[in-house]
Amino acid sequence: MGKFVQLFADIAKLWGKYGSSYITGMRNTLILALVGTVIGCLIGFVCGVLNTIPYTKNDPLPKRFLLKLVRAIVRIYVEVFRGTPMVLQAVFVFYGLPYFTDSALKFTNIWVAAILVVSINTGAYMAESVRGGIISIDPGQTEGAKAIGMNHVQTMTSVILPQALRNIMPQIGNNFIINVKDTSVMFIIGFPDFFAAHRAAVGASYLYFPSATVEMAGYLTMTLIASFLLRWAEKRLDGSSSYELVQEDQLTMTAGTYSHPDRGTPFDERSKEYRDQVSQELKYGRTRGER
Amino acid sequence: MADKILQVNHLSKAFGSNQVLRDIDFTVAKGDVTSIIGASGSGKSTLLRCINLLEIPTSGEILYHGENVTGRGYNAAAYRSHVGMVFQSFNLFNNMTVLENCIVGQVKVLKKSRDEARTHAMYYLEKVGMAPYINAKPRQISGGQKQRVAIARALAMDPEVLLFDEPTSALDPEMVGEVLNVMRSLAREGMTMLVVTHEMAFARDVSNHVVYMNQGVICEEGTPAEVFGNPQMQETRDFLSRFRNA
Ligand SMILES: Nc1ncnc2c1ncn2[C@@H]1O[C@H](COP(=O)(O)OP(=O)(O)O)[C@@H](O)[C@H]1O
Ligand SMILES: [Mg+2]
Repeated sequence: MGKFVQLFADIAKLWGKYGSSYITGMRNTLILALVGTVIGCLIGFVCGVLNTIPYTKNDPLPKRFLLKLVRAIVRIYVEVFRGTPMVLQAVFVFYGLPYFTDSALKFTNIWVAAILVVSINTGAYMAESVRGGIISIDPGQTEGAKAIGMNHVQTMTSVILPQALRNIMPQIGNNFIINVKDTSVMFIIGFPDFFAAHRAAVGASYLYFPSATVEMAGYLTMTLIASFLLRWAEKRLDGSSSYELVQEDQLTMTAGTYSHPDRGTPFDERSKEYRDQVSQELKYGRTRGER
Repeated sequence: MADKILQVNHLSKAFGSNQVLRDIDFTVAKGDVTSIIGASGSGKSTLLRCINLLEIPTSGEILYHGENVTGRGYNAAAYRSHVGMVFQSFNLFNNMTVLENCIVGQVKVLKKSRDEARTHAMYYLEKVGMAPYINAKPRQISGGQKQRVAIARALAMDPEVLLFDEPTSALDPEMVGEVLNVMRSLAREGMTMLVVTHEMAFARDVSNHVVYMNQGVICEEGTPAEVFGNPQMQETRDFLSRFRNA
């Protein structure tokens, strides 16, 4: 019991002295993770789309060659950045640039370097998720879009990507949460994130365990809030589970063009019974006619 | 020759070593309602998909108003916007409401304004009896309703020809009638249609031309009276007798 009292006292002491640097660290961690995840997703979407452009034997040779080349480049990018630790990638990029340019070019802004590394790393993971998200969409969706004359870009942006995005939302969330935690390796290039605040605090106070407790609680709070917000965003994307029937008196059927086969029977969806049945089913969340 | 919309010449299609279509010849003139009948696996869907360039024919040509659409560099998307297609599995866009399904093509492909597209879409949704459901998502409506929306979506593009690939085969029996009725009224209004179907009554009563396909070739074709009343080929008689007994 006494140890816990001691712990609280130490934490209070740490917070009094380094509270603002912990808070700044948390803020930096969140910004880095968020920006890195967003840019990473964009990279992932571009790679995923480039990777799924279809080509047939009928296409001209240069186009086929270009598409194959693009696929090969994306493949190499994904394998290299998925297959190496982010801490090394950070060092590699941060010291690589001045090394190759004889220090003519270097990262004067640590944010640029950190965001670059996190984005490229996340992009490599997202490229595969997006590709999976795209190929998991029923090919009938693409055919439906093609059949009304949409080209590849229109099909992608209007039909496929919105559905793929919804399907990979959990992976995007996962990547964000991973980034909140894994950006802690960015201290290696001197980025002032939440974990760097810990290193600074214990370097001066030697209160290793109390500071680690603060860090544990801090990271957990950030990731829990992130999961909560992501769930909420997913729900928003799904939209309402029911719909409003438009009143029939606003819309008179064009006379004589279509005689309803079920007019007056319970199957007539314009009959009152049918509408009641529909609203009942919607209320209890049954999806109808799915096969 | 003037009002021939589509002309298929010596069309063949193979998937690897599987020769699915062999030397298919036929034409679609304005106002024609052509039914394509035949056993499953005989290549009916492949023929429609070739006509809509969803499959690339192995050889032969498809002329649209005399212009070959199978050549390299031909703008397939623009051609498809004139040739509508209704699928067995509906293929409505799952991320859009009923109304958006009927608007998106007009706005993106035909470059119409949203208001104009909306009015046009509403006209066809009313026609197929789906106006009350414009705010529903595809997962919230029944199969028959989905197919009627799919027809409205195709019509909203003002196609010159509508291709139907077994539009009622995925439906529960009580929903078949509502879709066939919509198709009947389209035929009455003079829409040019090419319909793959197992609904023999529809083929007999609504179409003016019937094509019987067997193992990748057109085995027999003619008016409904000729094909149903007095089939010339033994294969046609065998095929039709299966429907009479059923
Ligand atoms: N994408 C494809 N790849 C390989 N074979 C196919 C493909 N599509 C259809 N086939 C084959 O072509 C033949 C005809 O199929 P289909 O046109 O669907 O016939 P139908 O619509 O008359 O039932 C079948 O033997 C089928 O297995
Ligand atoms: Mg078929």
